Amino acid sequence: MSVQCVGEPILRNEDERLLKGDALFTDDVQLPGLLHAAFLRSPYGHARILSIDVEAARQSAGVLGVYTAKDIGSLMNPAPLIVPPPPIEGLVFNQRTHTALASSKVRHVGEPIAMVVAESRYLAEDAIEKIHVDFEQLPVHLDIEDSLQAAESFVHDDLESNLAAHVVQRRGDYEKAKAEAHRVITRRFTYDRGIAAPIENRCVVADWNRMGKRLTVWDTTQAPIPIRNGLAGMLGLTENQVRVIAPHIGGAFGAKLMAFYSEEMLVPWASMQLERPVRWTEDRHENFYSTSHERGQVHEAEIAVDQEGHILGIKDVFIHDTGAYNNYGLTLPINSQCCLLGLYHIPSYYSEFRVAFTNKTLVAPYRGAGRQHGVFVIERLLDSVARELNIDRAEIRRRNLIPPDAFPYDHKIIYQDFAPLVYDSGNYEPVLRKAMDMIDYDTFIRDVQPRLRAEGRRVGIGIVTYAEGTGIGPYEGARVQVLGSGKVLVVTGVGTQGQGHYTSFAQLAAQQLGVDVTDVEVVTGDTDQFHWGTGTFASRGAVVAGNAVNAAATAVREKVIHLAADLLSVSVDEIDLVDGKAIHRADPEKSMTLGQLAAAANPTRGAVRPGTEPGLEATRYFGPERGTTAFGAHAAILEVEQGTYQIKVLEYVVVHDCGKVINPMIVEGQVHGGVAQGIGNAFLEQLVFDDQGRIKNANLRDFLLPTALEVPRMKCGHEETPSPLNPMGVKGTGEAGAIPVGPLFAQALDDAFSDVRLEILDIPLNSSTLWHSVQEQGENQVAIHEWT
Amino acid sequence: MKPAPFEYMAPESVDAALQLKARHGAGAQWLAGGQSLIPSLNFRCLKPDYVIDLNGLRELSYIRFESGQGVRLGGMTRYHELEHSDVIRQHAPMMHDAIPYIAHDAIRSRGTLGGSLAYADPAAELPTVTTALRARYLLRSESSERWVQAEDFFVGMFQTVMQPDELLIEVEIPLPKAGAAWGFIERSRRHGDRVLMGVAATLTLQPDGTCADARLVYQNGAPAPRLAPQAAASLNGKALTDEHIVAAAKQAAYEEIDPESDVHASSAFRRQLAFELTQRALRDARERGTAAISEEGAGA
Repeated sequence: MSVQCVGEPILRNEDERLLKGDALFTDDVQLPGLLHAAFLRSPYGHARILSIDVEAARQSAGVLGVYTAKDIGSLMNPAPLIVPPPPIEGLVFNQRTHTALASSKVRHVGEPIAMVVAESRYLAEDAIEKIHVDFEQLPVHLDIEDSLQAAESFVHDDLESNLAAHVVQRRGDYEKAKAEAHRVITRRFTYDRGIAAPIENRCVVADWNRMGKRLTVWDTTQAPIPIRNGLAGMLGLTENQVRVIAPHIGGAFGAKLMAFYSEEMLVPWASMQLERPVRWTEDRHENFYSTSHERGQVHEAEIAVDQEGHILGIKDVFIHDTGAYNNYGLTLPINSQCCLLGLYHIPSYYSEFRVAFTNKTLVAPYRGAGRQHGVFVIERLLDSVARELNIDRAEIRRRNLIPPDAFPYDHKIIYQDFAPLVYDSGNYEPVLRKAMDMIDYDTFIRDVQPRLRAEGRRVGIGIVTYAEGTGIGPYEGARVQVLGSGKVLVVTGVGTQGQGHYTSFAQLAAQQLGVDVTDVEVVTGDTDQFHWGTGTFASRGAVVAGNAVNAAATAVREKVIHLAADLLSVSVDEIDLVDGKAIHRADPEKSMTLGQLAAAANPTRGAVRPGTEPGLEATRYFGPERGTTAFGAHAAILEVEQGTYQIKVLEYVVVHDCGKVINPMIVEGQVHGGVAQGIGNAFLEQLVFDDQGRIKNANLRDFLLPTALEVPRMKCGHEETPSPLNPMGVKGTGEAGAIPVGPLFAQALDDAFSDVRLEILDIPLNSSTLWHSVQEQGENQVAIHEWT
Repeated sequence: MKPAPFEYMAPESVDAALQLKARHGAGAQWLAGGQSLIPSLNFRCLKPDYVIDLNGLRELSYIRFESGQGVRLGGMTRYHELEHSDVIRQHAPMMHDAIPYIAHDAIRSRGTLGGSLAYADPAAELPTVTTALRARYLLRSESSERWVQAEDFFVGMFQTVMQPDELLIEVEIPLPKAGAAWGFIERSRRHGDRVLMGVAATLTLQPDGTCADARLVYQNGAPAPRLAPQAAASLNGKALTDEHIVAAAKQAAYEEIDPESDVHASSAFRRQLAFELTQRALRDARERGTAAISEEGAGA
């Protein structure tokens, strides 16, 4: 057997390149004669375009092209719908995707109206200032509830309202459950908008080779293969004429998945028009308006429970803000709808949502992708039950967990992958228990909190759980090849944005082929290297591409062993693959290196036997029948500074179960990054719009992201419940950390202010809103020494 | 986010710089550390015809202690030079303590004292701190020169009494009196962010424990650094008891400052912060003053 490397915390292959600045990012691409694009964007949230005058811009120094909607021909077809609506009975879906440039009207601030291509970005921006547009301003729809009530001037003129979709899913009979309930609690929750804000903004570089008739596009995308296929269609080329490269990407989190952004269509088109390479790099200001947003829901929720706090049913009616367009279909609200069910047995469920068009940037997934909202609702509802029935918060969760013998567990509604929401496997109580133990839950409540309160310190504890649907289809593929050097090449179509694929995929191949992880080269995100697949999203890389890599590596292992047995004249079951060699187990002197075997498999004379293939190479695909469900619990202790309401995280514990772990260090890194973003969502990040739809804090001075100082040290615990849905038993983990932080903070703060019965219903929070909430609860009347 | 075209000028002496500014007036912008100007140019909020770069003027970068007079600071002295200066630590300790609150290391390595004062952001630290320290600023043009007291310099948000042809040459901080004490405290959402509320308190504690010369200055409490003269006056001639401190904090926070609401905090919450932070600053000052008196007593 080879040395075990799957499951080990192996250092990342890619880190040296990244840390030394040797990794290629899209904006690093330099080409002779490179031109630069800039965009004129709408200053208004909603306005008719009466006329556009580009003459002065065309005369501006260094300008090669100025393009408006009437100049770009077939690119003015509406962008493709990325995910069609799932097959749910009675579903309403009004599909409205954007066009590359706005023509008759603009529907959000920042919507592109014209593109200038010039010798430099400076000159392009000078020309942008010389374009004159006559607008007729229209009423702006911003509030999602008001938007659905609006009687005229809709975001889309051809619709009869701002309704983008309406969906109802049901399990059991909620009204019956309600009638039989001991207690019914209703609450209204809001969860506001944010952005992903990756450190690298978007960038597209396109190079049309007139002689070779090929288009090469470097793109900060999570889905290079769909971009290639789509671009070929839009530009009248064959797929083979288009090469899309998604090189190293400085964070994406879903925001680089939205396809097609206008710039992704226009920059390649401009390169073909001008027969020169063109680059556009999004600046930070543009990022706030032109890259997809996420979040923005209002929930009216109701929970029916028996005397012991067992859930009898839940009713949730919510509105989801999709912004001006709905290219991403219903993925987000369906995620919210499904993730609300959490780890709990909920016998009856009525969930209804409406999606509103508003005059804001379109909404698409961002890490968590709507899951946060559902988890916020269920976790807050359980807290309200715990409070009203005087049950401990951890205990109310434990009582409602789906028991370990109930898997596969069917929630009897449809998930985002169109399959029924069936949890493949799970064992929830150990995760909850471990989180309680790691944070010393019982001791804190019994001893620590009363002592600290007596010292005048406001401290509170929270504990929440979540499920994370991961690893959905349709499929991914991988090709594994033993190279002449004896090193191993792994090629797959998924893009990579810092998840550690260069290491975790290498571990899978190294395990099968008995080589060192550093001797496995992973290539991703280049459509000339591998051209089947969809992309990196929905916590699916390890599950879907990982299993394809594992299958291809296993197939190559078979080939290596058969060839070695043949050449060494021993039987196949006597061969081990160790240290880059095939050895005869009984006589390790008898061996061949993988390089020698690769050469032997690719002979220059003689014949490859009929029915065999040259080389030590295999390509395999993996398509799961449905997603696999990871889960976990987070616990935290927060302190609020007296008088200033500043929040400090004293302890943070994450216990996560993502099935079999390929690299626990990488999983922990994913958790840390997720929690950091969760903290941002909960306490720092909020887009604030003025009444025209302009973002008041469209900069990183006022849109606050967590820094190293805001992210606490975390204790991580792992449990492993293998998935039965794939041979490796893995589940995804990309979004786990980010999902439950909102309700966790809310619960811990409620606990810190239990004397005034604080109940936080809105996310995000900040010190100012926290102070106002506490004031409303009448803190002034309660002196701190009265606590017990 | 690229600036509109402008002509760049890099004079090699203060006199040459002042001549250029006299010629181009409001059409020219001084470039000091560039931490506010460059973003404004990149956003095309400002489109000057000329940018006059002061970074070559080494003669404006200095920190000098002059005994019997005070501390003199050149307008182009960078935050990080102030931060690590022994002169500042000894003779303007409140400034020493306040500087780490200014943004982050990278910004402090470029940003300048004169740039911060002339930009007149009410949320900035140094306008408030130098006002609390009763500093005065030397303004010079090609043809004239004048001193302006800090509290007379700031007239509104990003507005000062500076004329288009003037340059802030020097800041002079007077020597503290015996028993001088201070407190500075601020809160922002994250460390280094634009401050939610800050307060600088200076006072002198007499040997008998009574307070004199109290001054309270608020950072982001109004469109310009805002003094709270009545609250400060209420402390003078009295012992700094907790009761007097709370009363003064209340008066300053709820009557004398006028904070705005923005995306980070409401005006009401900012008053709450001012109330809390004023108490802490005054208690810190009391502690320092008491220690100073006992040290002087021990020395005598």
